[in-house]
Amino acid sequence: MIPHSPDVARFSWGALRGYPARTLLMLTAMAIGVAAVVVLTSLGEGARRYVTGEFASLGTNLVIVLPGRSETAGLNPTTLMGETPRDLTLDDALALTRSYNVRRIAPINVGSADVSWQSRSRESVILGASHELLDIRHWKIAQGRFLPNTDLDRATPVAVIGSTIRNELFGAKPALGEWIRIGDRRFRVIGIMGSEGRSIGVDVQETVIIPVAAAQQLFNTTSLFRILVEARSRDAIQPVKRFVIQTLQERHQGIKDVTVVTQDAVLATFDRILGALTYAVGGIAAISLAVAGILIMNVMLVAVSQRTAEIGLLKALGASPRQIIVLILAEALLLSLLGALLGLLLGEAGSLVIRHAFPVLPAQAPIWAIVTALLVAIITGLLFSLLPARRAAQLDPVLALSRR
Amino acid sequence: MIELSHIHRNFQVGDQTVHALDDVTLTIKSGDYVSIMGPSGSGKSTLLNLLGLLDQPSSGIYRLNGKDVTALSDIEQARVRNREIGFVFQMFHLVPRLSAAENVELPLILAGLPPEQRRPRVAEALEELHLTDRSHHKPDQLSGGQRQRVAIARATVTRPNVLLADEPTGNLDHTSGQDVVRILEDLNQRGLTLIMVTHDPEMGSRARRQLHMLDGRLDAELAGQAPDTPRHDTP
Ligand SMILES: Nc1ncnc2c1ncn2[C@@H]1O[C@H](COP(=O)(O)OP(=O)(O)OP(=O)(O)O)[C@@H](O)[C@H]1O
Ligand SMILES: [Mg+2]
Repeated sequence: MIPHSPDVARFSWGALRGYPARTLLMLTAMAIGVAAVVVLTSLGEGARRYVTGEFASLGTNLVIVLPGRSETAGLNPTTLMGETPRDLTLDDALALTRSYNVRRIAPINVGSADVSWQSRSRESVILGASHELLDIRHWKIAQGRFLPNTDLDRATPVAVIGSTIRNELFGAKPALGEWIRIGDRRFRVIGIMGSEGRSIGVDVQETVIIPVAAAQQLFNTTSLFRILVEARSRDAIQPVKRFVIQTLQERHQGIKDVTVVTQDAVLATFDRILGALTYAVGGIAAISLAVAGILIMNVMLVAVSQRTAEIGLLKALGASPRQIIVLILAEALLLSLLGALLGLLLGEAGSLVIRHAFPVLPAQAPIWAIVTALLVAIITGLLFSLLPARRAAQLDPVLALSRR
Repeated sequence: MIELSHIHRNFQVGDQTVHALDDVTLTIKSGDYVSIMGPSGSGKSTLLNLLGLLDQPSSGIYRLNGKDVTALSDIEQARVRNREIGFVFQMFHLVPRLSAAENVELPLILAGLPPEQRRPRVAEALEELHLTDRSHHKPDQLSGGQRQRVAIARATVTRPNVLLADEPTGNLDHTSGQDVVRILEDLNQRGLTLIMVTHDPEMGSRARRQLHMLDGRLDAELAGQAPDTPRHDTP
């Protein structure tokens, strides 16, 4: 003989409202636990998405060639012989185009120089690049065009500037076709970068892009900062990596003095680390839920002893032990449910605030975390109320009623 | 029909055994009006709790309407308490957060009755005790006499056969006490078996059967002068 569930719900709701301090305490504990799970996992997930997004913005199927061996563990011929590693040159870059698996390459040079137009001047990052870079990086041109498609060693005096640079040098005046001065050379502005261009370490809006050969002349060097190699497909990444290492080793008298980074390996590592991090913080937050569960148990125990007379009365009125258990558990369920929903709202509000405060971090709790948090909240709420409920069911009604 | 035969109820306090009920044998007919009196600690409440299935005898047999109720399971006992027995306590024992009507409704909820069947019965029970205009009041907004009337409405709303009252006037002033007893007697007039523990000899003497207890034993029984002739024709 179980009472109708609306009656149980109404009775439990009344009991919760009858003891507002206790109800508030338990709701808060539950809500904080759930909110902690939501916020922490949304931070972890945000970090993971941020890193993934950054890598995607670097380009797809990229193999990046850096001069020198960065994995300096152990001995290698260069360190043994005390040589500095051989530079990467434009000819190295050209040699890398000779494979079917390579779709295109972009040699890159980086430096900094003063950029000026008329009386205005500022220091800026100068990126030596080639026509191909635009497509490899998925950048967009806002105005004009990108670097011309010419031989890599042609130092055409043209420049593509970021919008910040444009604003600072030209203000409201048109920039296209104007001659600017970079260091001691003159370049004609042929394009302005769109606002999408953003990637790790480089803010394209603050950059001036010139042909790589021009940059080499400007900085008086023959070496490259790195070479970006785009493989034809995801499957071609490993063959391209082997091809790059082999080609450059041959060109550098058999010495392996370059580092080849494939982006998907790095990405996978980051993805794994950050995924694990999300699980870890989620787990830590879940512990706070368990703590909330223990608090619920204690408070429910207090509630039962607070309401001894009421429980005794219910027994005198014909409540069976099972009915008493149902009533107490319904109360706990209602509390956990309300607390969990409150926590969910709090947590979502928290991640909304984070998203607003740090727009680059797409903080959003993953569905699995939300579902787990709700389930854990409800299950702990119920589980930890079993003991108080059984204690209530076993109360001796005579003693319960005679107590004042 | 209540039949107790050789009922004992012992309490173990430390290494001492308290014989709260000592070989009580008693038969109470349906519709009877019984008062139980006796000094404090003589076992009156223990006897009443036992009759109401709130307590179990240490030994002896308790038959209610011919059925051995001590052998019933928890759930069956709860059912008997719900359907056949009504309690009225000295302390009223109303749930403070519930209104008068909600307090009266409680036993019907526990019986699993749907709301549309509960409402008219609650209204009827309140009406009978002249509490209709108080039905939405909380217990702390009611006088002692009104509270006890709510408790009586709650005890009778399930239409039990037996009403057990443990010092129902113990917390009331003389006038409201008189009121309450008159209400209980009126219910008895309509066929309800009324068993009432009281300290007040004047009140106790109004009952048709007056039991006296001493040290857990039924000490003496007097037949009362029965103020009204009870009618037995109404069930
Ligand atoms: N739970 C218990 N544990 C131990 N002893 C108990 C318990 N309940 C009752 N007793 C003892 O049993 C005896 C009878 O108690 P009971 O409450 O029935 O007395 P009473 O006649 O109702 O007294 P009063 O008029 O004061 O209410 C008393 O000696 C009491 O101390
Ligand atoms: Mg007593």
